[in-house]
Amino acid sequence: MPKPAKPSVKKPVGEQPENPAKLILDGAVTDNQWNLLPLGGEEEVTAENLAPGKVILPLSVWLELRDQLQERGEDIGVWLDSDETVDLIGEYAAELPLIAAHFPAFTDGRAFTVGRLLRERYGYTGEVRAVGNFIRDQLTYLTRCGFNAFAYQGDQPLERLLESTSDFTDSYQAAVDQPLPIYRRRALA
Amino acid sequence: MYRYDEQDHKLVRERVAQFRGQTERYLAGELKEEEFLPLRLQNGLYVQRLAPMLRIAVPYGLMNSAQVRRLAHITRKYDKGYAHFTTRQNVQLNWPNLEDVPDILAELAEVEMHAVQTSGNCIRNTTTDQFAGVARDELVDPRPYCELIRQWSTFHPEFAFLPRKFKIAVCGADQDRAAIRAHDIGVQIVKNDKGEVGFQVLVGGGLGRTPILGVAIRDFLPETHLLSYLEAIVRVYNQLGRRDNKFKARIKILVKAMGAEEFARRVEAEWEQIKDGADELTPEAIRWAKRFFPEPEYKSIANGHGEAVLRDHAGEDKAFARWLERNTFPHRVNGYQAVTLSTKPTGIPPGDVTDRQLEAIADLADKYSFGEIRVTHEQNVVLADVEQEKLFELWQEARKNGFATPNIGTLTDMICCPGGDYCSLANAKSIPVAEAIQRKFDDLDYLYDIGDLDLNISGCMNACGHHHIGHIGILGVDKKGEEFYQVQLGGSSNEKASLGKVLGPSFSRDEMPNTIGKILDVFVENRHPDELFIDTYNRIGLQPFKERVYAKAS
Repeated sequence: MPKPAKPSVKKPVGEQPENPAKLILDGAVTDNQWNLLPLGGEEEVTAENLAPGKVILPLSVWLELRDQLQERGEDIGVWLDSDETVDLIGEYAAELPLIAAHFPAFTDGRAFTVGRLLRERYGYTGEVRAVGNFIRDQLTYLTRCGFNAFAYQGDQPLERLLESTSDFTDSYQAAVDQPLPIYRRRALA
Repeated sequence: MYRYDEQDHKLVRERVAQFRGQTERYLAGELKEEEFLPLRLQNGLYVQRLAPMLRIAVPYGLMNSAQVRRLAHITRKYDKGYAHFTTRQNVQLNWPNLEDVPDILAELAEVEMHAVQTSGNCIRNTTTDQFAGVARDELVDPRPYCELIRQWSTFHPEFAFLPRKFKIAVCGADQDRAAIRAHDIGVQIVKNDKGEVGFQVLVGGGLGRTPILGVAIRDFLPETHLLSYLEAIVRVYNQLGRRDNKFKARIKILVKAMGAEEFARRVEAEWEQIKDGADELTPEAIRWAKRFFPEPEYKSIANGHGEAVLRDHAGEDKAFARWLERNTFPHRVNGYQAVTLSTKPTGIPPGDVTDRQLEAIADLADKYSFGEIRVTHEQNVVLADVEQEKLFELWQEARKNGFATPNIGTLTDMICCPGGDYCSLANAKSIPVAEAIQRKFDDLDYLYDIGDLDLNISGCMNACGHHHIGHIGILGVDKKGEEFYQVQLGGSSNEKASLGKVLGPSFSRDEMPNTIGKILDVFVENRHPDELFIDTYNRIGLQPFKERVYAKAS
């Protein structure tokens, strides 16, 4: 029997983040002002066919269109998939009002490093947004790593999520929220 | 030892409250099973074959008597009246109820204990030499650095969801008693030619399915940079470690795939960016950490006095002499000796102690060793600072409580995982094999003649019993639903670490004691005077053992 022909499809894209209508921003529940463009749409995205308004582009798309999108300025954000490291944005970060990091699964902790490096290495002051499958119990660490926005797509009410943003009121090590680790603070005391 | 201040207390209390909330949400169905899993693991809670298992953290193996008494109380109130010492120098409870765990954690918090990061894909309990601070071959006491690593790694916000578990061990002596080459990161304290303290840093060691020994990526890291360097290593691993396959997710696989040189280059590049930042260990911070490990108030004892007393006792009592030889360790201070209480009498699962025994340990520590207790990675208990003059008295009390089996370092002082009797991962039971071997080799004269020999047993290839680095390693395997045991020879965990080689086809449980017997026969027949098993093995190789063990009966 002849082998069936291989279907000619593009390499499948992984789990894509959703774009919920509401999110947590700076400690409050608020409307999501941004549209998130997932990877792997039917049509290739160009500067011309990109819908108006605030849009979060996949990193690869943004790197491609960056020069053509200059005049959209404050309307263009970028999201990093979990296998994309911050140095791919690097110095460009300052141009962007919003950078999102994707959790394909909540156990994939690469986004924590994304947050810290954006804030600590690149001095990024815009919105750092968690998107994808993170869970409530990660908010306290995400906050310490510099995230200030949480586009949660699980089934718990956002108000309940807020309860977990400060499970700890102190910390041992330095991070975005704490410039000195506890052992140095104690040694100074 | 380290004592909590108000900040530590607060952090641990907040952790208990956090976990209580998580448990309630889980029981109420608000937290999914798969979401609760890593959260409970990071609080040391497994769900095992028969019941949950709670692993309690003992930072670098060090406890005080009040903590040990509290453990005794917890085993009585919430468990079946016994606890288990692990190879990460921690303590395990085998039978707690899930609903009780927040209460257990609250009771632990009162005595400055917790179960934080004793499991899960995060930085685990840092381990070290059980003779830290007292060993004669020690360059620098590793405990202050271990404590700093504990603080840096506890609730680390960036590294709570690593690709896999992550283990760090620190050694401050010439002889490596912490098996640092079998860890994700091994830290060896060294001094440079100017006499400055620093660290040799090894990465990529680990046991499990793919055992690999760590390799040095830096030969001298100045003292002030310890934590920034660790942070750089873990950050590179967090970003680049594999997450697609659990069995290829440890840092050893990344280091191997990338090559140690390239891995080191990436770590150095990351470290360059952060080395003078917040993680810098200032001289004040180091002094502050060292303050918690002052020298105990040793008596001034004349040189030779303690030894003379011991000689008298040993001359009168052969059993004491044996114990003295095997279960005590030289101390750097005149008139003192360190004592290892054996948890390995025949017939008791290695590392298991009852609530009464825990209380006895606490009493012995108060009476003889400044109230301090250490758990060893061989699953025994050390009282590090005992006056030689008191050793005879201590021995008698230890014997009454079942801790004086004079077998430390011998064949019957085995490392053994809980195995198929408890663990849901195990392919085979390990405790009955340990017991059968202990029963066969219960002749002390024979054991002493054999000398130092590490026999390690794991019930599956996850290698919790460290079989790869035992001189003799035993691995439980499953063959068509039946339990068999593979034997490896030539592993070693010290500064000359090596991985064992498989002897050949596996054996049934009944065949195991005789198989070990044949291996020992080959050793005894081939050894040079005073040669240890591992030395003979290294000299003659695997073949003679193989021939004897698999020889057809004629």
